[in-house]
Amino acid sequence: MIESAMLMLQMILMVVGCLFFGAGTLGLFRFSDTLCCIHALTKIDNLGLGFIVFALLPLAPSLSAGLKVVLIWLVALAASATSAHLVARAVRSGQKADIPKERRSG
Amino acid sequence: MTLLLNVVALFLLGNLVLALVRIWRGPDPADRMLASQLFGTTGVALLLVLAEAQSMPSLRDVALILALLSVLAIVAFVTRVVGIDNTAKDAAPDQDTRTHD
Repeated sequence: MIESAMLMLQMILMVVGCLFFGAGTLGLFRFSDTLCCIHALTKIDNLGLGFIVFALLPLAPSLSAGLKVVLIWLVALAASATSAHLVARAVRSGQKADIPKERRSG
Repeated sequence: MTLLLNVVALFLLGNLVLALVRIWRGPDPADRMLASQLFGTTGVALLLVLAEAQSMPSLRDVALILALLSVLAIVAFVTRVVGIDNTAKDAAPDQDTRTHD
């Protein structure tokens, strides 16, 4: 009984995580502004990653493997937050200096 | 359960293919770099799912390395391609390049 409930919970978590990943990819295409894309990617994709990590936790063979999966999620969160701030600051400083796109890409 | 894991892995792979389309078409360099960031997050999820589906624990290490290296790619892009400190360089070209904006 508890096994099937756990299996059902894992399936639900995994499907929800997939929905979040699909929403993140959709946001990457539908939002025209770069800052809006940053918003979509860094929030929604990391939430989807969190759901998938929680769905995978009961399958982990040992405690240390489960802790490692959680650690990977934390590293992904930190990396995503840092890179989002870096890209946002780069875009903003480019807008503030009014640099044409050709020069920014060079 | 393995079937569900494989379906999830296939879905995440489809997301990666869509991100490749965005990298191909993206008008702005920052958009391309954001698609590369999506590669980091989705790739980590894909590797974690595959580690369970194929019972290959070493894929978790690959996921950790990918999460660490994706931030390095962003840092290299920001400092070299976009130029986070264009204004500072224009004002004083001889100063340290890590001036705050």
